[in-house]
Amino acid sequence: MTKKKVSSKYLINRRQAISASLAFGTLGVSKSVSSAEVNQENLPPNLPEWTTYLGDGVDVNPYGVPSEFESHVVRRNVEWLTATAESSVNFTPIQDLEGFVTPNGLCFERHHGGVAVINPYDYRLMINGLVEREMIFTLEDLKRFPQTNRFYFLECAANGGMEWRGAQLNGCQFTFGMIHNVQYTGVTLANLLKETGIKPKAKWMLAEGGDSAGLTRSIPIEKVLDDCMIVWAMNGEALRPEQGYPARLVVPGWEGNMWVKWIRRIEFGDRPYLTREETSKYTDLLKDGQARMFTWVMEAKSVITSPSPEKPINNKGLHQLRGLAWSGRGAIKRVDVSLDGGKNWITAEIHGPVLKKCLTRFTLPFEWSGEELLIQSRAIDETGYVQPSIQELQNVRGVNSIYHNNSIGTWLVNSNGTVDNVRLG
Amino acid sequence: MLGWGRLLFFITLVFTLLMSAVNAEERQFNLGRLASKEEIKGWDIDVRPDGVGAPPGIGNSFDGEEVYAERCAGCHGDFGEGVDRWPELIGGEDTLDGHDPLKTTSSYWPYASTLYDYIYRAMPFGEAQSLTYDETYQIVAYLLYMGDIIDEEFQVSDKNIGKIVMPNRDGFILPDPRPDTGKINIDPCMKDCEAYSNIIGRARELDVTPEDEG
Repeated sequence: MTKKKVSSKYLINRRQAISASLAFGTLGVSKSVSSAEVNQENLPPNLPEWTTYLGDGVDVNPYGVPSEFESHVVRRNVEWLTATAESSVNFTPIQDLEGFVTPNGLCFERHHGGVAVINPYDYRLMINGLVEREMIFTLEDLKRFPQTNRFYFLECAANGGMEWRGAQLNGCQFTFGMIHNVQYTGVTLANLLKETGIKPKAKWMLAEGGDSAGLTRSIPIEKVLDDCMIVWAMNGEALRPEQGYPARLVVPGWEGNMWVKWIRRIEFGDRPYLTREETSKYTDLLKDGQARMFTWVMEAKSVITSPSPEKPINNKGLHQLRGLAWSGRGAIKRVDVSLDGGKNWITAEIHGPVLKKCLTRFTLPFEWSGEELLIQSRAIDETGYVQPSIQELQNVRGVNSIYHNNSIGTWLVNSNGTVDNVRLG
Repeated sequence: MLGWGRLLFFITLVFTLLMSAVNAEERQFNLGRLASKEEIKGWDIDVRPDGVGAPPGIGNSFDGEEVYAERCAGCHGDFGEGVDRWPELIGGEDTLDGHDPLKTTSSYWPYASTLYDYIYRAMPFGEAQSLTYDETYQIVAYLLYMGDIIDEEFQVSDKNIGKIVMPNRDGFILPDPRPDTGKINIDPCMKDCEAYSNIIGRARELDVTPEDEG
């Protein structure tokens, strides 16, 4: 039996980070997105090339795809984080997105046993346990219930998990990108459960996925009846396979692991089920070796998406600082931005609609004349909660928590316009 | 004259119609159908910490070692030490409050039931629900034995899976104490605030950020 000490796979320290870099060898300084070479022949007063011939007709792409010049806007992963792609995660390119809607094909993926491929005709949702009637629903049954449409963010509890000890990954995508925000269409569990009834003793709901991980989470009944949904559509079209096609659970404002994809069964019981995902994972280890359990809500957080390591500043003069803010407890009330590492703050402009448990876009115009900047954003939600610094979180929780790092990040804008993820102390 | 049989049939018919009317009233939408016991039995595989849901079966560490060697050791190592990047299953005692905590079944998992539930539903990786109930109890017994939690001869079964006490059973804190940073309903400082101003770490220097190819 071995008793060697090995660090967590998700949370590597500086020494290990360096050895990981050596192991993979090819990793270098993060590149900025290069501006395409300009062809002078397309510029005034010349006739641009694309004006001189007929373009593609309709139906060249029956399902449209982004411009070929946007091919850098893709999900990316960090290979050294996990042992296998089937149980892994990638990241949403939030630095390249506008507004608050995440396009379906860019929503980050987190799988525990790969993507299940489910024929919608073979799909069944079973509801059993402490209900008046144990029942089975087809997808068509679900779509006949009263419909609800809601925008919600989904954030992985481990978003920013690599940054507890220090600035580690030099990218907005890698440090804040385990989040997406879409409009869901589905049935509220409050409506669906009118059909099965719930016995008075039912206090907890177990949600179970139909994938090869059979992922399971326990959810208290108050939350289930408050705003949870079974959904079959995102942003107006069927769920993508990697987001749980044909149906998934939506648990607004709570950690993404609970939003069970490919949901096949829900069971009601009088106590929690304490599954692998809510004991050995998704518990928050503290300094003294004890761990917090059932830390569900995603607290208020924000990120500056531009400038950011992937979005350097290329010109002096006017720029629009852009970012996103969100809170699992409700609506964003205010976002402040600092350009000097937190010494002075300016309130940013919020772009509506401002919805509860939904990403909120903010901007701030600023003039840049080539000086170094330390840029930060600080979200405040409608409960009055103020996004904390990393030191405030570390003081209470230590550095081995992995989950629920909602601290203020810092980007250093260098005098040449490149941007770095840095830690202040 | 109405015979008893017919009367009984008539009463049953009226009662059934009455009940279905009540049911229809309760079932506001009349969608979906009732699930049969057999259907539920096939899908209801969860096992709770108190042992509720554990299917009949039994296994000890001797048999478990064999099954484990065949179905688990390829990724997790002969002694749960983990192969390559696959998870360690055993060890890490007294590391949870250290610099590099190792969270395993023996150092961290609070309930033996979770071992049974997870191994049966999701392991071996990519071959979910291919183990028999007995094989699953055997593997659980082997892991618990390697973790010094049970004796070599101990028979793990549906009768006692809810009674085995794991070392880190009391290592978890409830309920969630957040918000825990003391910043609620304050007016945060806007001008000349105290702030850390020294750069103490740069991700660029760590050089572990993936780069696009080409």
